[in-house]
Amino acid sequence: MAVCACTRFDFCSKVACFLFSVSLEQIGVLHKRFKQLSHNEETLRRDHLNGIPDLACNPIRSQIIEAFFDRRNFRQNIEGTVDEINFEQFLVVMSHFKPPRLHITEEQRESIRREKLRFLFNMHDTDNDGTITLEEYRHVVEELLSLSETLEKDTAQSIADAAMLEVASISMGHMEPDEFYEGITFEHFSKLLNGFEIESNMNIRFLYTDTMNLCK
Amino acid sequence: MDLISARRTGVLLLIFTFLSLLHGSRGEIPAKPAPSGVTIVPPIKPNVPHAYPEPSKVYLPVFTMDYPRIQIPFEITLWILLASFAKIGFHVYHKITIWVPESCLLISIGLIVGAIMHSVHEEPPAVLSSEVFFLYMLPPIVLDSGYFMPTRPFFENIGTVLWFAIVGTLWNSIGIGMSLFAICQIEAFGVQDISLQENLLFATIISAVDPVAVLSVFEDVSVNEQLYIVVFGECLFNDAVTVVLYNIFNFEMGEVVPTDVFLGVAKFFVVGLGGMGFGVLFGFVAAFTTRFTSKVREIEPLFIFMYSYLAYLVAELFTISSIMAIVTCALTMKYYVEENVSQRSCTTIRHVIKMLGSISETLIFFFLGVVTVTTEHEWNWGYIMFTLLFAFVWRGLGVLVLTQIINPFRTIPFNLKDQFGLAYGGLRGAISFALAFTLPNEIGRKQLFITATIVIILFTVFLQGISIRPLIEFVNVRRTNRDVDTINSEVHCRLMEHTIAGIEDLCGQWSHFYWKDKFMKFNNRILRRIMIRDNRAESSIVALYKKLELQNAMEILDTVAGDISAAPSIVSLYEEKKSSARPRKKFLTADLKNMHDILSKNMYKIRQRTVAFTGKHALPNESHSREILIRRHASIRRSIRPGSFQSSVVPKSHKYFSLPAGKSLDSKFPPVRLSNTDDQETMSEVAYPSRRSRFNQPSRSSSRAMMPLRRLDTLQEAPSVSVLDESTVEDRGRTGGGKPRTNSSSSDSRVPAPRRTFIDNDSSSADNLRNVHHEAEEEQPTSPPPAWAAESRDNASRNPLLRRPQWNPKGK
Repeated sequence: MAVCACTRFDFCSKVACFLFSVSLEQIGVLHKRFKQLSHNEETLRRDHLNGIPDLACNPIRSQIIEAFFDRRNFRQNIEGTVDEINFEQFLVVMSHFKPPRLHITEEQRESIRREKLRFLFNMHDTDNDGTITLEEYRHVVEELLSLSETLEKDTAQSIADAAMLEVASISMGHMEPDEFYEGITFEHFSKLLNGFEIESNMNIRFLYTDTMNLCK
Repeated sequence: MDLISARRTGVLLLIFTFLSLLHGSRGEIPAKPAPSGVTIVPPIKPNVPHAYPEPSKVYLPVFTMDYPRIQIPFEITLWILLASFAKIGFHVYHKITIWVPESCLLISIGLIVGAIMHSVHEEPPAVLSSEVFFLYMLPPIVLDSGYFMPTRPFFENIGTVLWFAIVGTLWNSIGIGMSLFAICQIEAFGVQDISLQENLLFATIISAVDPVAVLSVFEDVSVNEQLYIVVFGECLFNDAVTVVLYNIFNFEMGEVVPTDVFLGVAKFFVVGLGGMGFGVLFGFVAAFTTRFTSKVREIEPLFIFMYSYLAYLVAELFTISSIMAIVTCALTMKYYVEENVSQRSCTTIRHVIKMLGSISETLIFFFLGVVTVTTEHEWNWGYIMFTLLFAFVWRGLGVLVLTQIINPFRTIPFNLKDQFGLAYGGLRGAISFALAFTLPNEIGRKQLFITATIVIILFTVFLQGISIRPLIEFVNVRRTNRDVDTINSEVHCRLMEHTIAGIEDLCGQWSHFYWKDKFMKFNNRILRRIMIRDNRAESSIVALYKKLELQNAMEILDTVAGDISAAPSIVSLYEEKKSSARPRKKFLTADLKNMHDILSKNMYKIRQRTVAFTGKHALPNESHSREILIRRHASIRRSIRPGSFQSSVVPKSHKYFSLPAGKSLDSKFPPVRLSNTDDQETMSEVAYPSRRSRFNQPSRSSSRAMMPLRRLDTLQEAPSVSVLDESTVEDRGRTGGGKPRTNSSSSDSRVPAPRRTFIDNDSSSADNLRNVHHEAEEEQPTSPPPAWAAESRDNASRNPLLRRPQWNPKGK
């Protein structure tokens, strides 16, 4: 693997090996892609990502792109958004998708699970108040369904409403009549997706081979 | 068709003599009336001589018997019946089938029947000629597996599946064959005459795994879906590989020159890929055909069977892999066909495929038992024991080695427990037996091969089949919760998939999410437009939503018929709301038709979601609830007649309930109670009144408030037909027929508050969660039923919706 001339690369690769438990080759591939996306600059901006043609058909493109510029995903307990990210940050965001190793303990599995759930949760929770409100949920569902042309906004809304009710029923259990369900907190979110094995599904296998020339 | 010819089994003879006694006695009865009829009805008497001018010569034989004429179909029918009775018998005592796989029981019954036949010195049935097996018995089994293949996990793991199926089978065949050949060189065993080719042929036969029993165990303990699908797919494609190898090794080769090896490899690919090609071709043709069958619903299912069989036969014609052809054909057409055909046709297709597959397999296992007793065996301790040993060793080694190779390419690698499940799940079954039995007679040691095959089948099916459940539970293989059926998980699953696809696009990595994304685009843009009549792409979220919503609506119909007018209509989802100030507006015919269309469309969209894990011997669970839906649909159709409605404005915010207000149902049908079976099983509209009986007593009329949530909960508890049955039965028992199932869910009265939001809030604005409590405070969910009823009237006056007088006389 041709090691890139970038000065930060060595540092980044150490970080990455730590975070990812992936090999230097894979990091090399990712770094090449990073350079390709950023047109050989040190940092990546939103418009770089917006220009990816493969991504154009993705219904939740904006959320995905936002996730890269969201500080909550940088594992540093800071909030807010940034305007440009460097390769290190790029890798940190990517590391949410690393596959779990073959042998892990239950605690590790649980922490991986929470981490991945947190990533999804952050995609919903745009205003960063710790809850997914109905508006936020509706927004996501609308985006998700935006590709099927037959659906109206109404349907998406009602689906979001129904889903929200479901959350209320699952997470709160019995509610007093005067209670009001504020929104989905992370705890509820985690409880909600209890049966859904996110730790074994939300993974990307980072390839060794270089597919850059095939990607647009 | 020399299927069961030349056979006088003891059992059959018994049955037959019994039947013929009946026939004889019946034969005598008409014999007597002939003269007596003459006396009783005198005018006929003179006619008789006229009709037969020469009465003295030959009288019309009053009773004749022509057994040879009906012999073959007659005996086939009796055999099938016998096997089916056996299957019924197993389930009388339910616990048996949990601990002992059904195939074991079938073989046991076969053994008993075989013993009886043997004791009366009857010939074993010459059932399995190679013709019959390959042309009639195999296609249903394979079609069954192919059609009910859980598509999504299959394509997610297709690489591993094919890897294990193809390379694994090759590994096993060649490994076992070579080792056995080595054993044959030992003089002490006395089997030096078995050539390498014959050994390979035999090894091929016994490397076809058929883990039906294992699959049902896997389903019960819900092992992780990666393991499940690999075992499932392996058994399917490994049949194809085995049959190809069988044909290759069965071919009379003189001397094997290197060219032959290359030709063999080439043949392998031609056969496999050619089969796939034909399968895809016929699948698409079938899908395209069903696009035009909307006017001939009654023969719709036929197309599916005929095209599948045609694919199979054409592939046979060109001697390419017919199994591949039929499997890919089923896989290809399923998605499109199920959207095109009507709901009933879909159910029919599934039932018939299940039935045929199940019968074929039952018969094969059954005959396995019979043949075990009745054939002459050639027993060779050395050869047979080493066969067993090698089959184990090579299977275990194969799984270990192949997993090591495939693991780096898998997102979720197989751990050791999974590998144990894979290796131990390698039961041998019907295919092996049939292949061994159809060996050509030229092979000198055919008897030995048959014996060894039977031994290995019995050994694996009984020993491994029975012990795998405790073992799997003991080693604690990773499990998956498969019954996630909530909107949220669907939404988040989709969200996650899109995210991954997006991230992969972004970082330039490709995996199945990438390909799935691309394929779905291609599918939505091109394939669906060609194949499907109504080609609007629809998201699975919406499909699930509609399903839940419908189920909800059904529940409302069931429980609170009197209150149903409060349920908003699905119309609001699709068309502009008919905002009319008149509260008592009748539905126009056009509106009714519209609703009707929407309903039927929904019914059929729901089918897109198919059950992921379906055992070989069980129909998909959903079909059950769907049938209920169909019946309901029919009932609604009946009730929706112009003029029978008094409902009107549909508030826009009431979206989660989807049925139009079909509340005039009850007056039309007397509350007849039919048997439970009728209720559950028939799709006919006759069954409909039986469900009506629940609506008599609209207790807890405002419980609609909590309906959706409850339904969502209960959805999860219907993972199998039996469970559903039980719960329904239980409900009826408990509620005494009249009362609706108010107690079917423990979470019943728990969450009224959020629900009220959507019911009572007339504006569709986003803040409707806010006024939950305003509405909810008026009604205490814990208050007794009278309070509810009173409240609902209250509610009705708020709502611009109307009720029928007989249901809520004071409502207006």
